[in-house]
Amino acid sequence: MSNKKNWPLWEVFVRSKNGLEHRHFGSLHAADAEMALENARDVYTRRNEGVSIWVVESKHITASNPEHNGELFEPAQDKVYRHPTFYDLPDDVKHM
Amino acid sequence: MSEEQIKNLEEQFEARIARDEKIEPKDWMPEKYRQTHIRQISQHAHSEIVGMLPEGNWITRAPSLRRKVALLAKVQDEAGHGLYLYSACETLGISRDELYEQLHSGKAKYSSIFNYPTVTWADIGAIGWLVDGAAIINQVPLCSTSFGPYARAMVRVCKEESFHQRQGYEIMLKLCNGTPEQKEMAQDALNRWWWPSLMMLGPTDDMSVHTEQSMKWKLKRKTNDELRQQFIDQTVPQADILGLTIPDSDLKWNEERQSYDFGEIDWDEFWQVVKGHGPMNNARMKARVGAWERGEWVRDAAMAHAEKQQERKNKQVV
Ligand SMILES: [Fe+2]
Ligand SMILES: [Fe+2]
Repeated sequence: MSNKKNWPLWEVFVRSKNGLEHRHFGSLHAADAEMALENARDVYTRRNEGVSIWVVESKHITASNPEHNGELFEPAQDKVYRHPTFYDLPDDVKHM
Repeated sequence: MSEEQIKNLEEQFEARIARDEKIEPKDWMPEKYRQTHIRQISQHAHSEIVGMLPEGNWITRAPSLRRKVALLAKVQDEAGHGLYLYSACETLGISRDELYEQLHSGKAKYSSIFNYPTVTWADIGAIGWLVDGAAIINQVPLCSTSFGPYARAMVRVCKEESFHQRQGYEIMLKLCNGTPEQKEMAQDALNRWWWPSLMMLGPTDDMSVHTEQSMKWKLKRKTNDELRQQFIDQTVPQADILGLTIPDSDLKWNEERQSYDFGEIDWDEFWQVVKGHGPMNNARMKARVGAWERGEWVRDAAMAHAEKQQERKNKQVV
């Protein structure tokens, strides 16, 4: 084996049709962004699965740590006043 | 972490899976779960990649343009399946290079069915019908397996497989409605692929070492013997429509079980092929390693080009 550098990993996001958001489809290896787009087309959209592709090198993604899910997401749990059902209104109030 | 803490985490982990929660790559997981998944997902990926070789053999000799575009598309799908699965596997912390290294050195296994040769065009029909058929039976339950990236890859794979099986069956149908020689060719392919296809669903339950743990982790939802019975029961009527004979003199309908009884499988043959003594083991590995080595200068050149472009861009910014 030569001491070459391996092709980096890219994450692929595909918009399946206009009006929908780009969704994570998977990942692949490519030497640069242009090749990542070309490979993404062949790997993830062989049957019209998309109208737009984003690729981003995986190392540029910062992810939250599931071990910190408590401090990140639990504070939202007791904020029931963010939901419409928290507010008491008489039944005869319509359209609200 | 203390032993007590780990035991606690493991119990919580098993409970999550029992509740049908998915495990995602950054979640804590027992080391054994990680290793088992790396082994199974990579074996699966290797099988998709090596599986291109027997069929690739016939692309340039497909009997019509229609057959050729279909076979090309099918083989390209198998490459795609391999790539979905490799990237799912990499989320567990193993690199693509390590995975290839394991395949090329013979450390990792792939499905032994691909160590049989494709000697006539009818073999392409038989592979699509039987091998992809057995693969579908194996793969459908994996769409709801516990490891998220594997389950998502399998959903994609399963969507694509049904065309594979149908194109294979159509090839068989055409041959069976053709000249006596063509029908004979189809029968000969069935004779050669039938038993290896049954073996493809794995050793019998009493021989299978991983079943219990795999059931718990939803890597398996039915045992090998159950899957095999399902495959036989659905394939025999398909052979009847083709007017072909399954090469098993013990095969007969069991009214009581509402299933087919079938003959003894030659497990010695299976283990011989697994151990590397199948008719095509060496040829497959030689083709695979050769392709990888011959492609090295292309991979290096692409990387060098990318770095040069990046440097140029950086200079322009300064
Ligand atoms: Fe496949
Ligand atoms: Fe397939």
